[in-house]
Amino acid sequence: MTALLTKLLGRLPIGWLQLKHNKSRLAAAIAGVAFANILIFMQLGFLGALVETTKLPYRPMVADILISASDANTLSDGSNVARQRLYQALAVPGVADASPFYLGKFDWQRDNGTTVNFQVFGIDPTKQIFKDPEVDKARAQLQLLDTALLDRSARNIEPELAASIDGGTPHRFEANGRTLSAVRTFSIGAGFEADGYLIVSDQTFLQMYPQRTAGAPTHILVTVEPGVSPQTIVQNLRSAIPEKDIIIRTVEEAAAADEAYQTTERPVGVIFGFGVIIGVLVGLIIVYQVLSTDVADHLREYATLKAVGYKQSFFLSIVFEEAIILAIFGFIPGVLFALGLYDVLTSATGLPVEMTGIRAVAVLFGTSAMCLISGAIATRRLAGANPADLF
Amino acid sequence: MKLFNKDITQTSTAALPADQQGPIRIKGLNHWFGSGEARKQALFDIDLTIERGSLVILMGASGSGKTTLLTLAGCLRDVQDGSVQLLGQELNGADENVLVACRRRLGFIFQAHNLHESLTAMQNVRMGLDVHGPQARKDWKAPASHLLNLVGLGDRLDYLPGNLSGGQKQRVAVARALVGNPDVVFADEPTAALDKESGHQVVSLLKRLGTERNTTTLMVTHDNKVLEMADRIITMEEGRIVKDELPHR
Repeated sequence: MTALLTKLLGRLPIGWLQLKHNKSRLAAAIAGVAFANILIFMQLGFLGALVETTKLPYRPMVADILISASDANTLSDGSNVARQRLYQALAVPGVADASPFYLGKFDWQRDNGTTVNFQVFGIDPTKQIFKDPEVDKARAQLQLLDTALLDRSARNIEPELAASIDGGTPHRFEANGRTLSAVRTFSIGAGFEADGYLIVSDQTFLQMYPQRTAGAPTHILVTVEPGVSPQTIVQNLRSAIPEKDIIIRTVEEAAAADEAYQTTERPVGVIFGFGVIIGVLVGLIIVYQVLSTDVADHLREYATLKAVGYKQSFFLSIVFEEAIILAIFGFIPGVLFALGLYDVLTSATGLPVEMTGIRAVAVLFGTSAMCLISGAIATRRLAGANPADLF
Repeated sequence: MKLFNKDITQTSTAALPADQQGPIRIKGLNHWFGSGEARKQALFDIDLTIERGSLVILMGASGSGKTTLLTLAGCLRDVQDGSVQLLGQELNGADENVLVACRRRLGFIFQAHNLHESLTAMQNVRMGLDVHGPQARKDWKAPASHLLNLVGLGDRLDYLPGNLSGGQKQRVAVARALVGNPDVVFADEPTAALDKESGHQVVSLLKRLGTERNTTTLMVTHDNKVLEMADRIITMEEGRIVKDELPHR
């Protein structure tokens, strides 16, 4: 390591030798940086899971455009849309189809004592709403009142139950005073707002939620004709339906707006983002403490070297060398530990807490920047290395 | 200890031009510490010229101004009033780059060794060479080991300071100060941590550098045992030079 660094730096790697010399301090510093890394990784993991699960329900949609109430910040928030907008949309050239899309919530109190909080999608079963071929195949069954499709990736849904349903044994359960039959499963997965999803026909939905009316779906799903740009149709729809009570966006735009709202407006997103900042601050403080103590401990040596003509930049390079070494050495255990914690969290919550290459590289660079900033602050003490004081 | 039967010229790296008239020339030097009512004058109208290759000892009681004079001549402190010319360079008003360039032609031996505890004796001595550029960084081993041999530490090259005695550490510091082949050596009580024999050998080495390489040494010491080796002994009292004499031999 010393030889490698000597080659890389073109000088004696004093920073490395100093760190290595005080092994207990080095171990504490690495543990501190690793701890900060774990904090950052966990918060980014939660934030990533929030982003991922926010996008999950949009991905399987066949529709190109979503017409929503103007106060709909997310897929499930906001007022309903007048069904009249659906007919207005159908009149716009280039629009191939438009369907009502109903959303509701329902807590399934299971016999085993667990509760599964479902987001319920009410769809027109005569049309293909989702790309999932399993859902598409089950559309005919959905036309029967009180039938449902169950999200097998939902939290607290046993694989045996899903296998039994897909094996041809419908599972009956009570939902909002009705008895539903789950006749097939599909997969979306758990999120922060719901444990999973349930798909029913619009008719079943309206039976489950008697206060809702067919004339006011939550969104209107619009598909455009083949070869037509959804962006163009969005513009045409906005011109055709200028009323301010709705917003017309492509599904991708709606998903992006939902993600932005979840991560920057909702407390949970803000908390995760704030957690990342706290992780960085903890790292900054730990590394600053280590480097600043190290500088203070070697002030006389640095002053001696200053006396023989070493420039301030030389001492800065020593501190930065230490900072980068701590960043890299702290990152390795940090990322390994975080990988283990991600696995534990995914199994415990069903949330997609996953390590991505981009995240790992970003945290490595972020940690290096954090250590360099700490180093830069710590070097202020170097100004106190006055060689005249040595005499 | 075989200190003086070796060729010290082997330690030379690139020879640096030295001032012909005297590497240290001081005229009308005054210096103050503090400000306002607490301002106190430490040096009064000092005039001093030190010849090339000489070993000059500065003596005086604590607070007499000898260390202030040493730090001013060694470009470690800003000159406030008067003129200090070091190796032909006026230090009064000189910018940091000039001071750094001057310092690279100097060797400093402090009372405390100030070695890097994490570096071996060889690596500590190397630090005195690395400042001189890429070539010195490349060819550091031979001069570093030679200097350590000269100060009697040839068998301790790879020892960390923690495994050396106080005297041995001080000798590593001496080797570090001399390995860059300085034009002027500033030494503050270099023999304080050494036994009588080692102290005598270190001062003899400085004396020999003066003879063989024209290295000038300005040394603060209270060690009477080394006075006889000096070319000049300057005594200071209350910020003034009160005696400038040849040693009694």
